[in-house]
Amino acid sequence: MDFNILSWLIWVPVAGALVIVALPRDKKDVIKWVAASFTGLQLIFAIVLWMNFDKDFVGFQFMEKAAWIPSFNITYMLGVDGLSLPMVLLTALLSFLCVFVSWNIDKALKGYFSLFLLLDAGMMGVFVSLDFFLFYIFWEVMLLPMYFLIGIWGGPQREYAAIKFFLYTLFGSVLMLIAILALYFTCGRTFNMIELMATAPTALDTLSWWGFSGMKVVWILLFIGFAIKVPIFPFHTWLPLAHVEAPTAVSVILAGVLLKMGTYGLLRINFPMIPDGTVWFAGALAVLALINIIWGALCALAQTDLKKMVAYSSINHMGYVMLGMAAVVAAGAQHGSNSAAAQLGMNGAVLQMFNHGTITAMLFILVGVIYDRAHHRNIDGFGGLASKTPIYAGVVALAFFAGLGLPGLSGFISEAIIFLGAFPVYRTIVMISTLGILLNAAYFLWSYQRIFLGKLNEKYADLPEINGRELFTLVPLAVLVVLLGVYPSPIIDVMKTTMANIIELVQVSPLMIMP
Amino acid sequence: MGNIQSISYFLPELMVIATVVVALIADLVYSDRNSYKVGYLVIAGLVVASFTLWLSLPEETTPIFLNTIVVDPFSRIFKFVFLLATFIVVLMSMNSDELKGVRTGEYYTLMAAMVLGMSLMASSVDLIMVYLSIEIVSIISFILAGYLRAQVRSNEAALKYVIYGAFSSGLMLYGLSLLYGLTGTTKLFQLSGSISSLGPGSNLTLTVSTILMLAGFGYKVAIVPFHFWTPDVYEGAPTPVTAYLSVAPKAAGFALLIRFFNTLFGTGQPLNSPVWQAMEGVPWQDILMVLAAVTMTVGNLVAIQQKNIKRLLAYSSIAHAGYILMGVPVLSQEGVYAIVFYIIVYLFMQLGAFSLAIVVSNRYGTEIIEEYSGIGWKSPYLGFFMAVFMFSLTGIPPTAGFIGKMYLFAALINGGSQFYWLAIIGVLNSVISLYYYMRVVKVMYFQGGREKDLYVPGGMSAAIVLAMAIPSIYFGVRWSFLADWVNSSLKFFIAGF
Repeated sequence: MDFNILSWLIWVPVAGALVIVALPRDKKDVIKWVAASFTGLQLIFAIVLWMNFDKDFVGFQFMEKAAWIPSFNITYMLGVDGLSLPMVLLTALLSFLCVFVSWNIDKALKGYFSLFLLLDAGMMGVFVSLDFFLFYIFWEVMLLPMYFLIGIWGGPQREYAAIKFFLYTLFGSVLMLIAILALYFTCGRTFNMIELMATAPTALDTLSWWGFSGMKVVWILLFIGFAIKVPIFPFHTWLPLAHVEAPTAVSVILAGVLLKMGTYGLLRINFPMIPDGTVWFAGALAVLALINIIWGALCALAQTDLKKMVAYSSINHMGYVMLGMAAVVAAGAQHGSNSAAAQLGMNGAVLQMFNHGTITAMLFILVGVIYDRAHHRNIDGFGGLASKTPIYAGVVALAFFAGLGLPGLSGFISEAIIFLGAFPVYRTIVMISTLGILLNAAYFLWSYQRIFLGKLNEKYADLPEINGRELFTLVPLAVLVVLLGVYPSPIIDVMKTTMANIIELVQVSPLMIMP
Repeated sequence: MGNIQSISYFLPELMVIATVVVALIADLVYSDRNSYKVGYLVIAGLVVASFTLWLSLPEETTPIFLNTIVVDPFSRIFKFVFLLATFIVVLMSMNSDELKGVRTGEYYTLMAAMVLGMSLMASSVDLIMVYLSIEIVSIISFILAGYLRAQVRSNEAALKYVIYGAFSSGLMLYGLSLLYGLTGTTKLFQLSGSISSLGPGSNLTLTVSTILMLAGFGYKVAIVPFHFWTPDVYEGAPTPVTAYLSVAPKAAGFALLIRFFNTLFGTGQPLNSPVWQAMEGVPWQDILMVLAAVTMTVGNLVAIQQKNIKRLLAYSSIAHAGYILMGVPVLSQEGVYAIVFYIIVYLFMQLGAFSLAIVVSNRYGTEIIEEYSGIGWKSPYLGFFMAVFMFSLTGIPPTAGFIGKMYLFAALINGGSQFYWLAIIGVLNSVISLYYYMRVVKVMYFQGGREKDLYVPGGMSAAIVLAMAIPSIYFGVRWSFLADWVNSSLKFFIAGF
């Protein structure tokens, strides 16, 4: 294909950032519309990509490859498969909507939107890179705009939140760098992910780190790098702070896209490249998933700050993703070669990644809406708002119900198939983690009741209703939440083949075959 | 090779010597007010020297001057580093307010003379020559550090420097004399042959000698625990001198360190032997690994507490010495490659950060980091490039600093499992360094507000900053050119990498 659509996806926002830098800084509307049009263009490319995507093709599509640093065998290689496509769509959609979420930003608009577009480019780059080195570059490049976006445009504790976020993620990624280099040298000096998927599963057997199996050490190093992003307990403490201090649009991107990079990395790198490690760790992953689910829900229940509550709910929701991923071992002989369960779990995981992206984006946007009006987010500081702002209350109800997994909305479908997939393997864990659903319902409904029901708080007697621009950012997400709640096939069809392929790659592990 | 034939190989150094002589005479002619013009002469001389160096393309190791120094591609790339660093620092000095009102003719002359000393350091293969070249560089450094005679800080810096320098030189001399006593020769190539036939009985003496010599080299490159002079000297010396000391003599020290250890403790064969192996019985690899780990950790941890930008960069330069030192004990082509690559990249980012500190000090009159508040808004030019240098020094893509670090870690990982722990300590140190580098960025961007008129530095200062920033970014995205050049400079070590 002559038209390098993936390169366009990455470089269109970069071009937008350059255009914005060149604009005079008092042309505020022009800057906003430039940002909107470049992310809009990116969204169009993403939709075109989706429409031309061959669902039944095993492997990567729309591949691009160019030499970069031949002496170190680094290439510029891009491609998408059923795992990355949903993430590309999510990134493009949320980036576009977040431009409108940021419409009220007043401080240093030019810097804000150029950094935002660079962040967008970095995220896109992570999802479409097939060269491990390129992947790492994008992974790190993303940190820079994020650091400034939180640190300059964030809330009162923004400086602390920004550096904490930066230190945590850099800590994870430098460990990842060690793992990447170890893979590079043990697998014949290549960063090519497709080659690594073929050679790494056996090549790592020869590696030994101080008597430990090198395979396990590399797996753990990569895992820590990704776990911090997800974030998996006990690496989660940066998240509530960063999410709460970040401006609304950046919280949306953080929760909607950045967290998915952790699970994406595990599925893209750890699962196919080091299947032995994956099988070895799967049980622990399920336990960590359970901790995330329960711990996240309990913390959310304890919050009085609405945004913090939503932030903790992300930890809970990412727990389901991990639980689905851990179900991959169901395909092994010791679990009765239950490929169907593995497939359910893995599909559920990716679907949950997508759904959480849309649901949590809605939640953060809605928190931003009320914060813009009331200038605080204290759950107990409101009361009876439903009578003043019925439309807002309605949208919040939809988002909260989606968040707690009400049947008919998208969150339910993904959580349900994750449980179905994981149940044959991790019976106890699944049974306990359903408790998480109950807790979800508790904190969502309880906070809804405190904010919207009961007697109207007189302070907010003339609270303005949600406006058109805000609705415009919410409606596409709400439509997706409802649509995928009744008809999830558009996303599941895209990923099915790829997930089956990843399961097969994990299945070759000798640990899977031994009963 | 005899003295007369050697001269034709010595042309770049002769050009530097000629520059020193011309500058000295010119300084006698110029009045106080015009003394700074010597700087232009020095710049011209450095350009000519670079040109002659560029024309000389040594294919292999040629010993000259009765086998006391060698001419080879390895020393050539280092000579370029010295010439470039000096060139930039001379320009920086001409734009620094600190040196206004002082007669600077001698200052520039001394810098040119220092290039000669460093070139000899990078190419000496004789113990006497090693010592002499180190002393040339040290003594000039003392004078440069104390150049602001009217300032107490500067005098204190010079005096501290002299005392530490004399002490460590003494230790090194003792180490060298032990080596001579064991083997009866001062020639490095003969030494390595004799050492390998000494037998295990001398291992203890060799180890002691190694540690003593390390004191001398370690002092030059500021390795913990020989680093105590660094912060005070760096803070007290004029800022351009600090920038110079933190880059050029350090590079020379590493050139010497690499050549010395790889020749002496290789398999007893010359540098082009296909496989290097650590000599049995002398734990110099372990010593260097521990020193590297301690150096970067101490440098970084102490840098966190610094409030003055010069002291921050001083301690961080200790940490960088630790990173670079990781490449020495690996004893492989990759290790040396990574060191040379890192030194070149380090030159750009470190000199860039210092040149920015000079511009800030000229304009806002402060070296205190807290007083940098809002510079990112008051002068986007300064803020942006400072951020670039800080990111590059931390080692975050897409900057050159990341690529340099990546090569170092790659050399360690490829070196074998005994180096993994060092690689992990190295990457964790990058995380620590992020904290204090980002503090500078934080103060510049997260605090303070915008002013009506934005400050853009004047012509030459802006050009120096830009000239340092472009490679710091460019080599982070496309570094094939640099990689190939470094690679070809090491051809004589091992063919192909």
